[in-house]
Amino acid sequence: MKRVYAREEYCVGCKLCEIYCIAAHSKYKNDLVKTFKKEANPPISRILVEESRPVSFALQCRHCEDAPCTKACIVGAMQKNPKTGVVTNEEERCVGCWTCVLVCPFGAITRDERGHKVASKCDLCSDNSQMPACVEHCPNRALVYSEYVSNNGTK
Amino acid sequence: MHYVIIGNSAAAVGAVEGIRKVDKENPITLISDEPYHTYSRPLISYFLAGKVTEEKMLYRGQDFYQKNTVTTLLGQKAIAIDTDSKEVRLENNEVLVYDKLLVATGGTPFIPPMAGLEKKNVFTFIKKDDVKAISKVVATGKKAVIVGAGLIGLKAAEGLSSLGVDVTIVELANRVLSAILDEDGADIVRKHLEKRGIKFELNTSVEAITGGEEAQGVTLKNGKSISADLVIVAVGVRPNTEVAENSKIAVNRGIVIDEKCQTSIQSVYAAGDVAEGYDLIFAQNRVLPILPNAYCQGETAGLNMAGSESIFSGGFAMNSIGFYGLPMITAGIVKPEGNGYEVLVELVPEQSLYKKIILKDNIVVGFIYLNKVDRAGIITSLIREKTNVVDFKEKLLKDSFGYIDLPQQLRKSKLLKGDSMSCW
Repeated sequence: MKRVYAREEYCVGCKLCEIYCIAAHSKYKNDLVKTFKKEANPPISRILVEESRPVSFALQCRHCEDAPCTKACIVGAMQKNPKTGVVTNEEERCVGCWTCVLVCPFGAITRDERGHKVASKCDLCSDNSQMPACVEHCPNRALVYSEYVSNNGTK
Repeated sequence: MHYVIIGNSAAAVGAVEGIRKVDKENPITLISDEPYHTYSRPLISYFLAGKVTEEKMLYRGQDFYQKNTVTTLLGQKAIAIDTDSKEVRLENNEVLVYDKLLVATGGTPFIPPMAGLEKKNVFTFIKKDDVKAISKVVATGKKAVIVGAGLIGLKAAEGLSSLGVDVTIVELANRVLSAILDEDGADIVRKHLEKRGIKFELNTSVEAITGGEEAQGVTLKNGKSISADLVIVAVGVRPNTEVAENSKIAVNRGIVIDEKCQTSIQSVYAAGDVAEGYDLIFAQNRVLPILPNAYCQGETAGLNMAGSESIFSGGFAMNSIGFYGLPMITAGIVKPEGNGYEVLVELVPEQSLYKKIILKDNIVVGFIYLNKVDRAGIITSLIREKTNVVDFKEKLLKDSFGYIDLPQQLRKSKLLKGDSMSCW
């Protein structure tokens, strides 16, 4: 399946991926201004920029082939789509027990406690577009969306 | 080929899904003594507190059995296994013939001897029916005594307390959650619960449940007595091995399984709280009654039953739980005894904050994250992969600890691993 790969050599740590991730999941879908000006309680980013100057890179759910979070979920809310491979959390059923946080080897699942507690994670913008918002808006092509990326960044 | 599964919780569901990854055709029969569609056992305290409906407790959707062509025998109890004739006998004397069998009968409450257990309004707390029975007698202002301050006892306490029940917990150990926390961590949790009105009697146990036909209280070994309208015995669970006991299947504390989750008898598998599988940290077989372990063992068993060779490299103790907004994640050895351990600690009791990481020979073997639990899974994966942390040990306790702190080569190899990440 296609995943988002980070090329830390190209990442400048601008965190635009976080901003666009928030906008992509806000009720004003992809509208930056409305998301940050109008939404009282904007979503939390599902992508995280890790940084220790000069190195930085963005990290989000790897949509593992044999995803531990789907096996550990105590309510069966975390599921991997057998066709697309995308791992998503059915937020209505999630009870916020954080067992997925316990088992995610990437630390890519965050706790969203704005309302009903739910585990929040990258969904590859699957209900949205051809291209995840973080990849689309990365100004230095430090994020690539592909089947696999080799050392030099090509498929 | 006829697959028979005894059980209907995480391990059984894992097995159904494991079998169906490989074999979409051959029939599966699933037997459970509970008359319910598969539901999440850990949610029973949420159900008690009214935080989830019975519908929302389902572990898989209503179409799960149909979609996976599973014939269910719900509300029927398997009582014996004959591994020579490959038969499972039910309580109603019906006999099922299997080609591959999974025993996933879970755990059964451990009930220590005490006088008065036979009285009315004495309960255990592991199944949905326990909650249904308890719900009939609880009301605001009632008093409950819970025996055991483990995960089950504290979750029961939180549920009852949210319904306005006055709760006292009696615990033999010197602290709450003694299986997953050390004294410093347990102290923080106990104080947090005490602020919500839950009372504790530690270092003692119940001598007798008092009252007439109905429970009216308990007397403790420390001489105190406490009045109560109901008593919940939540000391722990033990493997529910009953169905295997008069068979040729080897049973130690649990049903002994190998890395394929096969028992001592070919074609017979076991998984979940009933099983005794490999513990990666202790490097020996242990009963690990936790849901993620149950699912993974069940799935592994299912794959092997369907002929696809699969190995579960092992589990270890790990829990994520919270009480009144105080989350905690712990895994592995949390209170090391003996030599050779190195312990990293950050403790701020006034903020209910505690981080403890236990290393042996520069390999993480356990941790406690209390209140700050984010990204705990990175530490869990260091345990699972037995990563040598000597190069970044001093960074492990950092709030922002993450992949940036790993040496570049290790980071890159881990980040590309999503493609092949197996059952943790």
